Amino acid sequence: MGLDIRWPIGIIFTIYGAVLIIYGLVADPAIFVNSLGVNIDIWWGAAMLVFGLLMGILAFRASRRQA
Amino acid sequence: MHLHFVDYAIIAIYFLFVLGIGFALRGRMKTSDDFFLSGRSIPGWITGLAFMSANLGALEVMGHAANAAKYGMFVNHFYWLAAMPAMCFVGVFMMPFYYGSKARSVPEYLRKRYDEKTRTLNALSFAAMTLLVSGVDLYAMAILFERLLHWPFGASVVASALVVAVYIYLGGLTSSIYNEVLQFFLIVFGFLPLSILGLRAVGGFAGLEAKLPNAGYAHTWANIWHASQNPMGINWFGTIFGLGFVLSFGYWCTDFLVVQRGLAAKDMPAAQRTPLVAAVPKMFFPLMVVLPGLVAIALDPSLTKYLNGRYDNALPAMLGKFYPSGLLGIGLTALLASFMSGMAGNVTAFNTVWTFDIYQTHVNPGQHDSHYLKMGRFATIFAVAVGIGTAFIVLRFNNLMDYLQLLFAFFNAPLFGTFLLGMFWKRTSAHSGFWGLLCGILAAATHYSLYHYHVITYPSDMAANFYQAIWAFSVCVAVTVLVTSFTEPRKEEELVGLVYSLTPKPRNQDLPWYERPGILAVGILALCVVLNIIFW
Repeated sequence: MGLDIRWPIGIIFTIYGAVLIIYGLVADPAIFVNSLGVNIDIWWGAAMLVFGLLMGILAFRASRRQA
Repeated sequence: MHLHFVDYAIIAIYFLFVLGIGFALRGRMKTSDDFFLSGRSIPGWITGLAFMSANLGALEVMGHAANAAKYGMFVNHFYWLAAMPAMCFVGVFMMPFYYGSKARSVPEYLRKRYDEKTRTLNALSFAAMTLLVSGVDLYAMAILFERLLHWPFGASVVASALVVAVYIYLGGLTSSIYNEVLQFFLIVFGFLPLSILGLRAVGGFAGLEAKLPNAGYAHTWANIWHASQNPMGINWFGTIFGLGFVLSFGYWCTDFLVVQRGLAAKDMPAAQRTPLVAAVPKMFFPLMVVLPGLVAIALDPSLTKYLNGRYDNALPAMLGKFYPSGLLGIGLTALLASFMSGMAGNVTAFNTVWTFDIYQTHVNPGQHDSHYLKMGRFATIFAVAVGIGTAFIVLRFNNLMDYLQLLFAFFNAPLFGTFLLGMFWKRTSAHSGFWGLLCGILAAATHYSLYHYHVITYPSDMAANFYQAIWAFSVCVAVTVLVTSFTEPRKEEELVGLVYSLTPKPRNQDLPWYERPGILAVGILALCVVLNIIFW
């Protein structure tokens, strides 16, 4: 169908992952009282970043194979 | 709950992407088949995740978290008993007829198998139901954002409805399906940390079990034998036959909202795999929905601390309690994604049934294809507008899920009877489908009136819905069989491709084992039995 859906998924998750990691680094640590003292922004941001990059790599490989 | 700039930025990026997908697909919608069926070209894993996501509307996520807080692990039945067998059945046994008959919609299959009046009855009732339901998602979202963030109700309704309208208008079913896949991953990543943090907060499963208001809350089956022992007031017969058989098969096997995703698949094996791919995440969804509901009631048994007196608040209250800024934006995006995927599923199903089964058949047949493509776009706008209106009807019911089960019981429960007899009993005559379906809907309506005016009573609305479904289904089957015995059967050669015993079975021998629908279905059911035993 032309558009490979893994591109938008990969890009949005990479952006979200990066945003969460950066925010987790600069935010006031007091906000993580909510999440039981864990800096969940950094951890979950890293998980989303990895997922986003993985989707991007899959999409990239598929596009190379087609070309 | 207070949002920071980063949370707003995350939500804005989401809107940008869903609209962007619509714009990227805009140029590809050349024929009505592109718009309504995605040109039958999409791989099975994508249609499968879309199948799952179309079902993940407001009620799935918020409603089941609310029900888990109210009824405990009994809610797991909605995922295991009421989804797994039916999803496997539609994939293995029914998809070959839907996809193979080249019907463009569920009502169109009914015309091929029965006759025009059966199709029209189903098309009209389905169109009405879909419009009502699409408003439910809209309402749930707007009321939530009003309570949590003090966003004005009307503004959230109009803004989110417009986004859905734009991306479907531009890219049709393909845009809806692609966005559903994106939304699926956002929902998983948005809600999973809630279960992890919630479970940590109460001290793991053992801690959760100790803190629940009633020991039965931690069991799926243990209280099923007597209606008086479980909080919903439903015994094993009502649960297994009403929910597990009639309502569940009625929804998964005949609701065009989900079946449509299978029809967009690129070939028969992909169509058959669509519900099976969806079944895997569906099976594990209690982890993301039921668990936060249980944590909510464990932390706040009197509903005064976080829940503000309403079970419906379970999921958003837990988001507010556990999520810091940043992740909170992701969590709210996940909520928005679930509302939009549910609503978009309804809108695409409506515009197809309206255009093919009502407009093209009865109002204005024989036009050029581009005329129907235009009509589909117009119907999209119309459906969204009615959805906005429906959002206000929902205010009359205090529990969203009960409202939806009520609608399903009206239309889906008898329909499954019509399908079961039509697909698996070749004798079923052309006339009998219509009369069976009509009497089934009337039986549901009669039962509902009797219950509403307290002529018959049940311990809970949910129990009433289960029994209403059982009555509607039984009446439909009885009337269909009765009318069949008085009328002529159809010629067998007309029914090839439509009835099980007259259709060559799909040959999957050349597929690797992990792509064969039968093997996948058996694996899914076995895993589901294991989960039921663990959370007995």
